[in-house]
This record gives sequence, C-alpha cells and structure tokens, in this order.
Amino acid sequence: MPSNDTVPGARGEAARAALADIEARPGVPKPDAIVIADHVRRSFGGLTAVDVEHVEIQRGAITALIGPNGAGKTTFFNLITGFDDADEGKWSFNGRQVAGMAPYRLARIGMVRTFQLTKALSRMTVMDNMRLGAKGQTGERFFAAIFPFLWNGQEKSIAERSVGLLERFNLHEKVDDFAGSLSGGQRKLLEMARALMADPELIMLDEPMAGVNPALKQSLLGHIKTMREEGTTVLFVEHDMDMVHDISDWVIVMAQGSVIAEGPPDAVMKNQAVIDAYLGAHHDAQLTETGEALTDSADGDPR
Amino acid sequence: MDWSFVLTQTLTQAIGIQAIIYCLAAIGLNVQFGYTGLLNFGQVAFVAAGSYAVGVIVLTFDLSLWLAILVGIVVATIIALILGIPTLRLRADYLAIVTIAFSELVRLTVRSIAFRDVFGGAQGLNGKLGQDFHDTNPLPADFQSLPILSWTRQDLWVVIVGWILVAFFTFLVWMLVRSPWGRIVRGIREDENAVVSLGKNVFAYKLQALILGGIIGAFGGIVWAVAKQSVQPDTFRPEFTFFAYTILLLGGAARVMGPVVGAILFWIVLAGTGEFLGQAIQAGWIDFLQPTDVGNIRFVLMGSGLIALMVFRPQGIFGDRRELALDAK
Repeated sequence: MPSNDTVPGARGEAARAALADIEARPGVPKPDAIVIADHVRRSFGGLTAVDVEHVEIQRGAITALIGPNGAGKTTFFNLITGFDDADEGKWSFNGRQVAGMAPYRLARIGMVRTFQLTKALSRMTVMDNMRLGAKGQTGERFFAAIFPFLWNGQEKSIAERSVGLLERFNLHEKVDDFAGSLSGGQRKLLEMARALMADPELIMLDEPMAGVNPALKQSLLGHIKTMREEGTTVLFVEHDMDMVHDISDWVIVMAQGSVIAEGPPDAVMKNQAVIDAYLGAHHDAQLTETGEALTDSADGDPR
Repeated sequence: MDWSFVLTQTLTQAIGIQAIIYCLAAIGLNVQFGYTGLLNFGQVAFVAAGSYAVGVIVLTFDLSLWLAILVGIVVATIIALILGIPTLRLRADYLAIVTIAFSELVRLTVRSIAFRDVFGGAQGLNGKLGQDFHDTNPLPADFQSLPILSWTRQDLWVVIVGWILVAFFTFLVWMLVRSPWGRIVRGIREDENAVVSLGKNVFAYKLQALILGGIIGAFGGIVWAVAKQSVQPDTFRPEFTFFAYTILLLGGAARVMGPVVGAILFWIVLAGTGEFLGQAIQAGWIDFLQPTDVGNIRFVLMGSGLIALMVFRPQGIFGDRRELALDAK
C-alpha cells in the first residue's frame, strides 16, 4: 500500500525547499522549470478563453492549477498538451520548443495527461488498458504485429510492469475485467496507472478528484505524492481547496483566462485577488459575517 | 415440390462465389468498423476497384491478370489514402459521409460514356478476364460435378481459391487483433483521445486499418471479376456495402469468425428463401405471389430477420452481450 500520510517524502521536502524563496507573483521564474509558456492565447469567437502572459512549472514538484469555473484551466491544459491549437504563443518542455507539436509526440517525449471525463477504454480489459500505455512496443508496428515471436518477450515484461502498478493502485484483482465494469473512482485510478505506464516526466491530471468519494480521495492523494517521490513532475487542475492545500508545493491561480496569482498554497489562499476571483470583489460588502468566515478558511485552516 | 433442389441450391450458394465475395468485403469492414470503429459506408468502392483493376488491365490493356491483382491492391491503397487523409483527423461521421459519396462517384465514373473506352460504360467489361487464373485449374478436364454442390469445374476452382483467400485474411486479422497493434486499434474504437494521450499516432493506425480493410475488399472484387469473367458497373451500388454490414452484424462485429459465419448465414437465408418460394409457387402452394416477386420478398424476409436479430441478439452470433451492455464512455 502507498503511504497516505501527509508528511512529504524526501523529494517533496526538496521541492518545497526549492520553491520556498520564490516571490509569489504571477509569471515568476522558477529555479528549474520543466515547462515555460509565453503569450499563450486561445479564443473561441469573441471569448478569450486563455491569455497567459508567462508561466513556468517547476520540475519535480506538485503544482496545482486552480481557478473558478470557466477560468480556462482545462483549455490551457489542452493547449499545452497539443489537444487544442493555440492562436498564438510558444511553450517549451524540457527546454525544447513544443508549440504546434502533435499531442501523441508530446506524450512520447514525456508529457502525459489524463482527462476530466475519465477515458477508461470500456470494452477492453484492465490489463489491455495498462499495456496500451507502455511506450516503444515492437508489436505496435503493422508488419511486426504479425510475428508474435518479435514482441512476445516485450509483452511479458510489460504485463509484469502492469501488474506491479495495478497492485500499487489496488486494481490487481480486476486485471481481467472489462474497464467498463469498474466504478467511477476505480476508472480514475486506472487512468492514472495507465498514464504511468507511459513513463511520464510530467504528468498532467485534469481534475483527478472530481466525483471521487472521500476515502478514495485520500488514497489518490497518496498516489500523487508517490509520483513526486519517484521523480515525476505533477501538474493538476483541481477545485477542492483542502486537497490543493494538502499536497501541492506550488499553486497557480487562473481567472478569466489569465494567471492572476502564484505562490505556495498558504500564501495563495490569503491572496485578495484569489478570493475576489472565487467569490467576487464585493462579496463581503454588506454581509460581514460571510467575510469573516471566508478569512478563516483562507488562512488555510482545513476545518 | 423438389426439396432436394431447394437444399442443394441453398447449400451451393451458401458457400459459393457470392458468399466468398461478400465475406471478403465483410472481413475488410470488420477491420475498419468492427475493430477500429471507422464508419466506412463505401466498401463497395474498394470492391469495384478490385474488379475494375482486373477488367481494365486484362481487357483494355491486354496485360496479365497477376499484374491486375497488384494494380487492384495499389488502387485500393490509393483510394484509402484519398478518403482517409482528409477525414480521419475529423469526427467519425465525416468518413461515413465521404465514403458513401465516393462509392457512388466511382460507380458513376466507370459507367459514364466519357470513359467508355477504358471502363466499358454501362455495359461494363466482358471477356476472358480470369483466363490466366482458370488456366491454372488443377481439376481433371473431364470433371463433371461434385455430389451435392452444383459447381462447374471453373467455379469449383474459384471457390477453392476463394475460401483459401478467406482463410488467409481471417488468419491475418486474427494475428493482428491479438497483437499490440490490435490493442491500439481497439483502443481507438473506444476513445481515440485516450490513445493519443498515451503517445500513439492514432491517425496513422486509422489509415492502416482503412487501407488493410480496403485491400481485403478489393480481393472480393478480384474474385468477382475472375469468377464471372465480367465487370458490371451497376453491381457496385451502395446496397452492396449495406449487405456487407448486415453480414458483419449477423456474425458479430469485432469477432474474427463473424464475417465468415455471417456470410454463409446470409446466403442460406437469401438463397434458401428464394429457392423455397420459387419452388412453392411452382408447386402451387402459394398463389398470391408471382415468380418475379421472389427476388424482392427474400429481401423483405432478410430485413425482418435483421430486425429480429437486433432485438433479440444485438451482439450477433459470436458477440458477447456483456460487452454491448458496457457504457461506451
């Protein structure tokens, strides 16, 4: 079983230490950025969904991307991973310019994402879902596929790796079940495990906790921390503030398409711009009690 | 009422040349639709490509049949590229629209007066199209007929080689779908974005599936031209594709043996009802039908049967109902 404690491991400590002295302002440079995006813009007709001036994602850390509904978080995800085309802008991954690169190629060089609406491949077994994630398979080439002796060995080692990951994600008893027969939470776990099969350097999770029960949430948190301990950079979109506070090393806040704040979780949650973005600038104009209640939770007190 | 005639005729057609042609077309569709989820409603265009490759190369240009087969494969590949490159990046429906339109485009082009010198216009191409193949017939020259199955010496040779082709392509599909390649195309059928997110070039796999299915369909057309020694433009109407889909659904999509069993069953029903009704009318059992109605009535029965299949066994003969019950997303 993965550890579910809230104490970060060695890599977590290192990630927090590396980010400790960074100024908390939008677009701040990071000591070791894995993704650097500049002037990324995407509009749908008259609506500018994303207009990010500059943002950097720290390597080896868990970065949360938060913001109210319609802030452009998922669109930004889609642009960076190549699933949507930006109107303008450029961004690099591991120092390499990747704007305009096909999404499958981005996945191959280590930027792997999951989806808000879980994409378990229903009419395939859990094992086949997992095997699909592995990279560089000889048997995936048309002519090699016809000759099993070319890929049988590789297939076996992929299966072993799959079983290992499924055990970690507590899905090993479901190996031969159709993915469509899993519960919503199990599908989230499967999608995460499948993404790990692709050896991501940066894993981008789009609302990993959406629709997941509290017990499973705890174990998902543990899995995400384990990913960081294994050296994977994590960027995730989330609404649940408690969770963001619990696991993220750095928080980026988007509103109306732009990055409005950045910083360690505690600082961000006290930030007036963030509170205004979530609740409206005049939310406490008349009802002072609401204002007080808000200040309490913004202190990061998880109730 | 000649029951033995009904039975022998039905059996002869159930495993005869027509069944082989439709079976090959359905195997191609199984790769495209059954496994990869590509809605190709123009499979008949690939079949026509095979047939006309034989007709044009052998008759119009007076070259060898073996070259014609090669040309058929190349033309099917080119058609798949023409249809696939602009549409396979888009949603699934676009391929369906483009393919059905393209298949009619092919038929209307080959039957047009403008190209009569090459494609023979509405009369098509008739002559010794399959001579190179029939020359290889190893059956004794004084061969009369098999006990029950009433094929000529020439037809029997086509049937033998035809079923070998079916076996070969069925085996090829079986090998492919149980490989990592097959895993990817099945993944594409379920959700292509998920497969993209794992670093697979989905577009290339869809194109490969479209080409492979098209080439298998073209072999159906080659068998047709060789067996009938004639290529007729109006046999390549869209309903050919729909019959091939019927066969696929009858046997069970995404099942290796689906198209084979589906094709045999399809022709048992179609030929069986046809022969039975014909005999029954002759014997005076049915007096409200004319012999000329039989051709249409058997399709009415086939349609009713298909509806019943969809209601009571939507997964087809070989399908797994649990799989259908799973929510696709």
